[in-house]
Amino acid sequence: MKKIIFALGFVIAIAGAGLMLFVHGAKYLSVNIALVMLGAALMRQSAYFADTLFHNASPQTFYPTAGKMIPWFAWLAVIMAAYGLYISFAIAPTDFQQGEAYRIIFVHVPAAWMSMVIYLAMAFWAAVGLALNSRLSAMMAQALAPTGAIFTFLALVTGSLWGKPMWGTYWVWDARLTSELILLFLYLGFIALQASIDDPRKADRAGALLAIVGTVMVPIIYGSVKWWNTLHQGSSINMGAAPKMASTMFEAMILMALAFWMYTIAVALMRVRCIMLERERHANWVKSIGSEGKP
Amino acid sequence: MNSAWLTVLKRDLLQAYRRRSDVATTLFFFVIVSSLFPLGIGSDSAILSKIAPGVLWVAALLAGMISLSRLFATDFADGTLEQMLLSPQPLFLLVTAKILAHWLVCGLPVVLLAPVIGLQYALPNNAILILVISLLLGTPALSLIGAIGAALTLGARGSGLLVALLVLPLYIPVLIFGALAVSASQSGMSPQAHLSLLGAISLLAVVLAPLATAAALRISIE
Repeated sequence: MKKIIFALGFVIAIAGAGLMLFVHGAKYLSVNIALVMLGAALMRQSAYFADTLFHNASPQTFYPTAGKMIPWFAWLAVIMAAYGLYISFAIAPTDFQQGEAYRIIFVHVPAAWMSMVIYLAMAFWAAVGLALNSRLSAMMAQALAPTGAIFTFLALVTGSLWGKPMWGTYWVWDARLTSELILLFLYLGFIALQASIDDPRKADRAGALLAIVGTVMVPIIYGSVKWWNTLHQGSSINMGAAPKMASTMFEAMILMALAFWMYTIAVALMRVRCIMLERERHANWVKSIGSEGKP
Repeated sequence: MNSAWLTVLKRDLLQAYRRRSDVATTLFFFVIVSSLFPLGIGSDSAILSKIAPGVLWVAALLAGMISLSRLFATDFADGTLEQMLLSPQPLFLLVTAKILAHWLVCGLPVVLLAPVIGLQYALPNNAILILVISLLLGTPALSLIGAIGAALTLGARGSGLLVALLVLPLYIPVLIFGALAVSASQSGMSPQAHLSLLGAISLLAVVLAPLATAAALRISIE
């Protein structure tokens, strides 16, 4: 059953991404995006979600499943990133005002999206771990944190590289840059807290509580920073209204965001496998993996 | 239930009274930090009064954070905290009393001392009044939010530095609205909106922070 759902998800995701290339135009765009999202969700759902939410999840059964899923997500990430970068650099038109330098937003905007989405995902898994006491979800939260921090950092760096030619300065204290910086601090706090508590179960639960507190505080922090100062341009994509940019640009951005998603899932699964091995090193199943020399 | 709350409050205040030098340390920290800025920046009173709201609020933030380690650490070390967890009283209520005591001992003196520092920074009287009001509204939120961080880092390695990393980002809204209220009054605008938001943050913290702190304590001591 799991395999069927997984295969179905894969086909739908590929179909969505493929359609996006051949059927241009804003009219079909939302349908294509929905397809890819649905596909990705199904792939995730197949084993990972089900395993974790319902109690039959154990590191022992999830370890090989995760191992099998990694290549799929990794290849999806590579293909989508290649497509996305091709559109961003070769097909998307040069911007009338910003010239070629604007192309960095194809990395910047998806990275900024991911930095926020991963924080929510991390808090979600942490909360599930705290509520249901399932080991796997807490490990998942721990595995997501470094990737989230990296995307936040990437968004900050690409943002300042974009800011230099556009605004004439690498850094301005505007609302969105500042809140992105604060988000990086929140990630670092989470990672530091988990690293400084030796008992992994205690570290999981403390981290979970911190992530939940952070989730409550993020809107307040964002609101206050926005109140404090804003000189950033309006957001580039308005859900509900027609996109202000050319639809090819929008497609490239969405493709890059999806590529980042796939990358995140692949990397988080790799990391969660390492965490499982480390934490369960005294269990028999880990020892048997070690003795057979299988990866 | 009320008597347990009062007992904890009285006990913490008495403890603070017996160790007066600890309280003084927080206060002197606030004074020293805010005295360093003119030394680094220069004595131009126009610049000083311009940066005063931010500097004084940052100093208050740091003073509040420095004192957090004392909130639970001693009780944790001698086992009192464990007894509180075992007691039939709701933990968040006892936590509320401890936080209130912490604010009375560490927050309120800073509020009371702020006008003097404000004079050093050449703040006009009107702005000093708003500074005091904003600190009065905002420092409770600092103690409340800080308590979560203090509880989470109990027994963690290097907890003093860790608290800074956890708590300072969460203090940002308080800093922003506090400093904005003072600078608004300096430039002749009404600080009312900022003060209202500051009060709202504190009220929200009163409701949520003790619950989160209690949960954090149960995680740290199990």
